[in-house]
Amino acid sequence: MADVKLSNIKKSYGNTPVLHGIDLDIKHGEFVVLVGASGCGKSTLLRLIAGLEDISSGELCIGEQQVNSLPPAQRGIAMVFQSYALYPHMTVFKNMSYGLKIAGKGKDFIDAKVREAARILHIDHLLERLPRELSGGQRQRVAIGRAIVRDPNVFLFDEPLSNLDAALRVKTRVEIGKLHQELGATIIYVTHDQVEAMTLGDKIVVMNQGRVEQCGTPLELYQHPATRFVGGFIGSPKMNFIDGKVAAIGSDHIEIQLSNGCRSRACVEAGDLKVGDSVTLGVRPEHIEERSDAGTLLSGDVSLVERLGEASFIYMTLGDGTEMVVRGSGESTVTTCERIEVSFAPHNAHVFDSNDRALRRLKPGNVHSTAQLAQLKAVGQETL
Amino acid sequence: MISLPGLKHNTGKTLMTHAVLLTYTVIALFPILVIIVNAFKSRKAIFKDPLALPTLDSFSLEGFEQVLGRADFGLYFGNSMIVTLVSLFFVLLLGAMAAWALTEYKFRGNLFLAVLIAMGIMIPIRLGTVSILNLMASLDLVNTLTALVLVYIAQGLPLAVFILSEFIRQVPKELKEAARCDNVSEYKIFFTIILPLIRPAMATVAVFTMIPIWNDLWFPLILAPGESTQTITLGVQQFIGQYVTDWNAVLSSLTLAIVPVLVLYVIFSRQLIRGLTSGAVK
Ligand SMILES: Nc1ncnc2c1ncn2[C@@H]1O[C@H](COP(=O)(O)OP(=O)(O)OP(=O)(O)O)[C@@H](O)[C@H]1O
Ligand SMILES: [Mg+2]
Repeated sequence: MADVKLSNIKKSYGNTPVLHGIDLDIKHGEFVVLVGASGCGKSTLLRLIAGLEDISSGELCIGEQQVNSLPPAQRGIAMVFQSYALYPHMTVFKNMSYGLKIAGKGKDFIDAKVREAARILHIDHLLERLPRELSGGQRQRVAIGRAIVRDPNVFLFDEPLSNLDAALRVKTRVEIGKLHQELGATIIYVTHDQVEAMTLGDKIVVMNQGRVEQCGTPLELYQHPATRFVGGFIGSPKMNFIDGKVAAIGSDHIEIQLSNGCRSRACVEAGDLKVGDSVTLGVRPEHIEERSDAGTLLSGDVSLVERLGEASFIYMTLGDGTEMVVRGSGESTVTTCERIEVSFAPHNAHVFDSNDRALRRLKPGNVHSTAQLAQLKAVGQETL
Repeated sequence: MISLPGLKHNTGKTLMTHAVLLTYTVIALFPILVIIVNAFKSRKAIFKDPLALPTLDSFSLEGFEQVLGRADFGLYFGNSMIVTLVSLFFVLLLGAMAAWALTEYKFRGNLFLAVLIAMGIMIPIRLGTVSILNLMASLDLVNTLTALVLVYIAQGLPLAVFILSEFIRQVPKELKEAARCDNVSEYKIFFTIILPLIRPAMATVAVFTMIPIWNDLWFPLILAPGESTQTITLGVQQFIGQYVTDWNAVLSSLTLAIVPVLVLYVIFSRQLIRGLTSGAVK
């Protein structure tokens, strides 16, 4: 069993703090994806877990053991680096077997292990080549193979697919997903790719400037972003934000006077908001429709249309200058400079208060937040 | 089309570079050529026309016969070989280890050591000859090859550390980290990962270190002039007398002395392959 538990992990380089107290609980076998803007400390966190960097303060446990001061090799981890980091002067076989050889394993054992890993990764025919004779995707798989043969409890992947072309990336992504099921190991995975994060992760951890902003299942983050940052970070294109003020508070919704003059309804819990408080309304591009009767009506000038085939991203500017993106249908006939009207339904709106914290949504999609799930469970138990 | 003027300019530049380099090569090789050519001529022919190639008439191996006929020539040769190879081995090993330690680990006095070593490059070791001689005398090492080896290690180390540090710094840090995750000890990382990767740099350093040692006359003359410890450069001197110089023998032994360094150079230069790290990252 290899649960990974981080309690108040902090890291500074000299006087520059990089991580400001990270708490994370990772269960055995979980696939955890770390996402966040460039420079927010994802790689640093991974390197702390690996033991390649000293932890400034806090406690890191793998399994039952506190591992703060253990060297990397004794932590039962294997790391796959973004740059592959294959030993250039060793063949693929030697690259993969080196760790086992150092560990003093028998020749037959090593041979069986390496061939098994090579078979899983479809690199059996490359074992005698040098890294420089491989393509990027093949090198990537060798790097993963080198990690697999050591039977680690925890895999650490630092943007492993970022050097691959789009097609290979999709293929390797699927392979990593399968691999996770096959090996049943804990995986901590850093990526910048939305699709990778959403599809691979059992749990996504969104980091922002050295802090965990939110942590939850992919759909939870999508439907219940806890902060404006998470709202903007998860989903592509980005969530649209429109400033406004609370105009009225109803029992199952609030009304917001938007900066462009429109009035919008949003199905969220008001909490301790008062009429007149400033808030930010968030709507995802895919929830805005190219018609005027879905709910709140917005009108603006189209500044650019990106046609992807299956969809069109319509960039528009509202009356007050707010920029917005709308995901229209692929057949959309909208052209640049046209004035269009779009609308969105009140239950699709997100509202963030002046501290950028989200208000609880009352009619979300098909997934409930952790809190709601707990509540439902409690209610269920009562009725039983 | 934009690059065309640039291209023309470059060809001109290349020509210039080559002209300069060729001139330099000719100037540098000329004396060596004269030595080799005259080594194969009779004494008379050497003086009659030093620049002429050996003809059927003037061809003679009398110098080689004289040199090889003397038993101690082999001894001098062996001494030179031992001193050069042993010094070279230690300069490379210690130089690479010091370079690794100075670039990879943070410890107290790291910068101080680095500066000290850099100073070693700037200050010629010959300035310390007197103290070195005193030191060797008190260590009872005068007239031993050990004395020479020690001095040459000291002489070669600074530049070796300097060059190798630069190359070790270029080894991607992920490689070392991957090895650390693989439970490879720091010594093993150095010997099995770093050393193979800086082989081209080692070869360069080997060439730079080897030639001054092989050619040195100063320290053999001062520290090991004894009959049994003479090196080839010193041994040659016995053919140069105050009144008569046996030019055949001098030139022949010099010609012979070129061979081993040439062989070593060929061995090392085959290691000077660039791009050895390609395929490591990205
Ligand atoms: N050795 C170091 N010394 C000082 N600061 C460092 C060091 N390594 C990283 N940092 C700083 O720590 C912060 C986090 O870096 P990190 O590499 O973890 O970012 P990241 O989230 O992985 O970014 P990216 O997505 O671009 O890989 C950055 O601001 C970086 O400048
Ligand atoms: Mg990173």
